[in-house]
This record gives sequence, structure tokens and C-alpha cells, in this order.
Amino acid sequence: MATKIKARKKGNATEILVLVQHAMETGSRKDKKTKKVIPAHFIQTLNFSINGKSVADVAMGIGVSKNPLVGIRVKNAKSGDKIEVSWKDNKGETGGAKTAVK
Amino acid sequence: MKRRTFLKGTVATSALAVAAGAGLLRSGQALAAEWPTAAFDAGDVAAAGKAAFGSDGAASKDIKIKAPLQAENGAVVPVKVETSLADVKSIAIFVAKNPKPLATKVDFSGDSVGYYSTRVKMGKTSDVVVYVNSGGKILKASAMVKVTVGGCGG
Repeated sequence: MATKIKARKKGNATEILVLVQHAMETGSRKDKKTKKVIPAHFIQTLNFSINGKSVADVAMGIGVSKNPLVGIRVKNAKSGDKIEVSWKDNKGETGGAKTAVK
Repeated sequence: MKRRTFLKGTVATSALAVAAGAGLLRSGQALAAEWPTAAFDAGDVAAAGKAAFGSDGAASKDIKIKAPLQAENGAVVPVKVETSLADVKSIAIFVAKNPKPLATKVDFSGDSVGYYSTRVKMGKTSDVVVYVNSGGKILKASAMVKVTVGGCGG
């Protein structure tokens, strides 16, 4: 499952956008063919850090759309600052991505 | 504050806390253990808000919610929150008429701006309610989004 990250300056702030390819299954949907409930499978936590220091912790429930696109803005980010994002879902699967401020 | 509630957890989580304290886990992974189950399981906004923020919150005009007036597809409704409030510690987005209203919550530490954008599922036409913790004060705002095709099991 791919995770994409993008950081761009917007005035004084830097916007960090993350797109994770994830099913975000609610656990209440049924498979149309087998009529069986599709088990819940969704990202629960997503952490943003800059130069190794955590700046934001996102908690998600089943109400977040498939393939979550999450954006935050930070102040005082400098060119070359390392941005890292990591996520974990309810089945313990993890993923993440890295980039640097341009 | 976060750490305190974290340490009050069960034996399993306190073992995790020890591991985190010993630097065996990075902060992101340690925090992953504190997904706020009660807030996400709550059936209405007031209860979920209370579970997530400890208070029902007061209405504020300083929270701007950018969401479509009418969403063609309830499965993907873009929501942007911007606020001029000072010292924003956390922002949460609730969809009032979803079976589990709390969609997502973000906790900031450090140099963040009062801004959060994401995409949420909406079962039907509903208010989108946003809670903001601004320096310990709980404030909220809401915006109505009309949904023509639902996004929950539809």
C-alpha cells in the first residue's frame, strides 16, 4: 500500500499533504456476492514528524474516506527539514513516507 | 497530559510505556496505543465530543469549515478546517448523523497552525461539527452538508 507525501510552502506556513492507499473498511459493509460482512480494516493513527520531532498525531475512525488524504500546516519549517509520516491500522499494518521541505 | 492518561492504562499498555520510556519505540508507535476507543465508539456528537475533549464545547465564530454545500458522493466529502484561534492543541471532525460521528481527531505539538484537511464519509445529509481545543478552551462550529448519494454501505 503506497503512501505519498508532499510538502509545499504557503506563505509563512508549510502545508504537508499525505495520501495513503487504504481500503478504510467500516466493518458494516457486506460483500455483494458472498453476503458476508467485510471485516473492519482502517487506519487508526497517523503521525507527522519534522526532523524526528512529532508535530501532529492524527486518530482516525471508520468515518474517514477510502484512501485518506490528510493535510496539516506547520510554521517555521525550513528548506531541507525532513518530514516523516507513519501510520498504523487496526490490523497492525504500518506504512509511511518521507520527504524534505523544498 | 497525554502521557498521564497513557500511563494509567492496563498492564499491557504500561509495559508498552516502559518500552517507550526506554526508547525502544519511537513516539509515533507509542502513541498508536492510545487510539481513543470511547470517543470513536460514541453514538452521538455530544457523547463523542465529551469523550474526546472532556467537555461539550461552546460555539465559536473563529472556526471556519470549508465543506461542499452539496456532496454528490457521500463516500468522499472533503472537509477543511481553518481557525484563527490561538494555541490550537487539537481539532476533531464529527459527522452528526453517521452511526459513529467522530471521523478523525488531530493533536498538535509544536509549531503547527490551526489547520486540518481530510475527506470523510457521510451516510446522509448532516451537520459536520468541528471541535477545537484552543489553549484548553473547547470551542465548536458546524456546517450543513447535503448528500445526494450516501457513503456508508451504499
